[in-house]
Amino acid sequence: MAKVTIDGKSIEVPDGTTILNAARLIGGEIVPPAMCYYTSLKTSGGYCRTCIVKVTKGSEKDPRPMPKPVASCRTTVMDGMEVQNITSPDLMEARAGVVEFLLINHPLDCPICDQAGECHLQDLAYEHGLAKTRYEFSRRTFEKIDIGSKIKLHMTRCILCYRCVKVADQITDKRVHGVMNRGDVSEISTYIQNVVDNDFSGNMIDVCPVGALTDRTFRFKSRVWFANPVDAHRDCPKCAGKVTLWLKGEEVYRVTGRKDKYGEVKDWICNDCRFEKKATSDWKIDGPANLDRHSVISQNHYTLEEPAHKPLLNDVNVVQNLVGGKEMYNS
Amino acid sequence: MNNGKEIKFSDESLALVQRMMKRYPEGKQKSALIPILHIAQAEFDGWLSSETMDYVASVIGILPVEVYEVASFYSMFNMKPVGKCVIEVCRTSSCWLLGAEDVISHLEKKLNIKTGQTTSDGMFTLKSVECLGSCGTAPMMQVGADYYENLSLDKVDSLVERFRADGKRKTYTDKAEARN
Amino acid sequence: MGKKLLLNNDHIPGINTYEVYRKNGGYASVEKAIKTMTPEAIVEEVKKSGLRGRGGAGFPTGMKWSFLAKPEGVARYIVCNADESEPGTFKDRYLMERIPHLLIEGMITSSFALGANTSYIYIRGEYFYVARILEQAIDEAYANGWLGKNILGSDYSLDLYVQVGAGAYICGEETALLESLEGKRGNPRIKPPFPAIAGLYGCPTVVNNVETIAAVVPIINNGGDEYAKVGIGKSTGTKLISASGHINKPGVYEIEMGITVEDFIYSDEWCGGIKNGKKLKAVVAGGSSVPILPADLILKTANGEPRLMSYESLADGGFATGTMLGSGGFIVMDETTSIVKNLWNFTRFYHHESCGQCSPCREGTGWMEKVLHKIIDGHGSLSDVDLLWDIQSKIEGKTICPLGDAAAWPVASAIRHFRAEFEDHVRNSKKVIDPKRLVSNAVY
Repeated sequence: MAKVTIDGKSIEVPDGTTILNAARLIGGEIVPPAMCYYTSLKTSGGYCRTCIVKVTKGSEKDPRPMPKPVASCRTTVMDGMEVQNITSPDLMEARAGVVEFLLINHPLDCPICDQAGECHLQDLAYEHGLAKTRYEFSRRTFEKIDIGSKIKLHMTRCILCYRCVKVADQITDKRVHGVMNRGDVSEISTYIQNVVDNDFSGNMIDVCPVGALTDRTFRFKSRVWFANPVDAHRDCPKCAGKVTLWLKGEEVYRVTGRKDKYGEVKDWICNDCRFEKKATSDWKIDGPANLDRHSVISQNHYTLEEPAHKPLLNDVNVVQNLVGGKEMYNS
Repeated sequence: MNNGKEIKFSDESLALVQRMMKRYPEGKQKSALIPILHIAQAEFDGWLSSETMDYVASVIGILPVEVYEVASFYSMFNMKPVGKCVIEVCRTSSCWLLGAEDVISHLEKKLNIKTGQTTSDGMFTLKSVECLGSCGTAPMMQVGADYYENLSLDKVDSLVERFRADGKRKTYTDKAEARN
Repeated sequence: MGKKLLLNNDHIPGINTYEVYRKNGGYASVEKAIKTMTPEAIVEEVKKSGLRGRGGAGFPTGMKWSFLAKPEGVARYIVCNADESEPGTFKDRYLMERIPHLLIEGMITSSFALGANTSYIYIRGEYFYVARILEQAIDEAYANGWLGKNILGSDYSLDLYVQVGAGAYICGEETALLESLEGKRGNPRIKPPFPAIAGLYGCPTVVNNVETIAAVVPIINNGGDEYAKVGIGKSTGTKLISASGHINKPGVYEIEMGITVEDFIYSDEWCGGIKNGKKLKAVVAGGSSVPILPADLILKTANGEPRLMSYESLADGGFATGTMLGSGGFIVMDETTSIVKNLWNFTRFYHHESCGQCSPCREGTGWMEKVLHKIIDGHGSLSDVDLLWDIQSKIEGKTICPLGDAAAWPVASAIRHFRAEFEDHVRNSKKVIDPKRLVSNAVY
């Protein structure tokens, strides 16, 4: 076991735990944001640099501070380690810098992006971003490629978190997409015209932190906050069948995996559950989904302590909050 | 497509490829990917078509996408058809201090193409590339296996004429000219 | 003449061949090591020599070697970093082209010391012709019993291979190099684990620069103590310096560390002074990544002492007034050089060479290039100089690998020492250059 103190809050965690996971065990506002780390995907994390923290004391044995901020998702705790996250103004500025880098080439298409409202980059921009962009050059664009009838790829929105590549590598058999080219023209692509199609490919959508991979069967059907999320299950021969249904009245608008408060899916679901079972009669409803998060649309509506018994997603304030977010992008 | 030709290594290349794959421990044959892509690029018209890359994937026994990812990362692999002579002028640091831009604009004028383009006869492609480790003999350019150093515009002219007269495809895997 | 330990025979005709190399004392270190020394004793000699990594970071080689994990039944690897791509650096090419057997000899002795039975020399793809020279020399070494099974009748066996890259500066970073050697994209790995624990194929691995490996030869031949007598302070031994730019005698020079920078630039033994009788303006002393220094600070430290060619002296004053020895890529700029345009040239390089894995480097390097391009175009404003400063500060120290720092330091140092020139450029030089000529040609 190792004792680690993050922003003054201490916890004992098993050896080998990362700083990020220790922070998640403590919970609350000291948890660093994570755009590329994904607990169930091996070797994920380390790329986006949003989860950086300052290690002010390495360990009891070697108390020297670490010279540079470290990626909390890939750095394991040492006994006696002391970490600063939100209590370090330098670190918060460094993180704001990372967020700015992620935003300079990101399109301002939140108003037409299906991910809006559940987008981690939107959350980050809201929390750490500048009110105004300092980038005055044309934003990067990519040639559009078609990866099939179920999944839509918008490369311009991608932040290269590699999660979808790891999903394809780790839970499907024949990966056909990957990261092509290098540097700031790197792109998620199949290189040749190819369909990303296998029983579990839809999970790429759930792991995507932004709107780069979205569900074509849900495309432009509804803003996410107008749909009511409920947990449901079915006996599925391919997967655990535990999903979240996004309903409008009796209609199933989309099906996703069940996400925890950090947006991570616990059980991968198959494409049949996700794309084919779109009638409420296909499912047994378990109850309202607990959307326990801090995103742009949830401001003033969800608290960590209080589960949302009935979704308040069609509240007019929610929309106003989103508009606020949009203005922040555009100004 | 490579002019409809079948993509298959010559016996000699295939033997070399198989020897190369033995350089690595069992199960790590993907390590041979970059050296094999060089051989493939040299043998199949100086660039890597998707057919060529699929063939390389099958030779090594890896997924095609693994080849695309790697080939597109490295600047020496041509992902589009190129001329027989790819002229790569170093544009960095000391070469830049000592006139690389003049060499590039001279070649653009002489070949009547812009950097990154290929002449209409398919003979030359002009590229400007990052530091080639020849800073003490700047400015310089690489064509195939050869470094041409301490360039003057006259020297560039005579080299271009020589390549044109020779008419052969230049590749990195060629035997280099004698150097002093 | 200063003492030479690596290039003392480089002008002997035929020294690239086995016969001539052997006749001039070649492979003696292998004989001595395998016949009379234990691997531990060799590591000890290297520690005593004070040799520091010659690739740029200057980390003590003996210490790096002693970190190598040695679990039972697991292969260990030594990989030579011949990816030399730091702008301004061409010493390794010179060494490999002229005296290929010196590197091979060093690889055998080092591999024996670390218990590696398969070793690789990873060389940048553009050096294809040099790879062939090395391969030919390796064939000769096999034919003469220096490589292969039971070397010199001992129970030590070694296979040595040359692996070519394919154009990527980032592969000079040791974990990117290992990824590339495994047939992958050259994306640096997230550390820890360090290669000494989990490197090539997940096995303990040491990655050393060409010059570092070559230096093992004189260290074993003459002893670590003898090597440590050469040089100054903790900068022991000799260093290969690649001298280029506006000087009369560009080339590779082996210097004994401790000579003055002034001598190095102006003496006929080395650079021979500034070309065309011009004045010195600035020097990038250790490859494009290290901070640029103006003439006064490269010749003398902030304390007014003569600046020496050594790790410590070049770093004297920190980044405020000093720089780094780095890879020894010594780029000299005369009074006509535009620091602003030179910096743009450097930022274009880092933009082109960023692997794209982590956000600050992927996005920040291109941004810096664009801002500089705008300034050079004559459309810049004073706030752009501050913006550049801010961008570099947000890249530095925030990235997976040192490429982020390498991209940030030239920008920071150019603004630190030449801010007035940037401001002058913004104020006075509208449309001095055809912007079309400055458009980045990212050719992949």
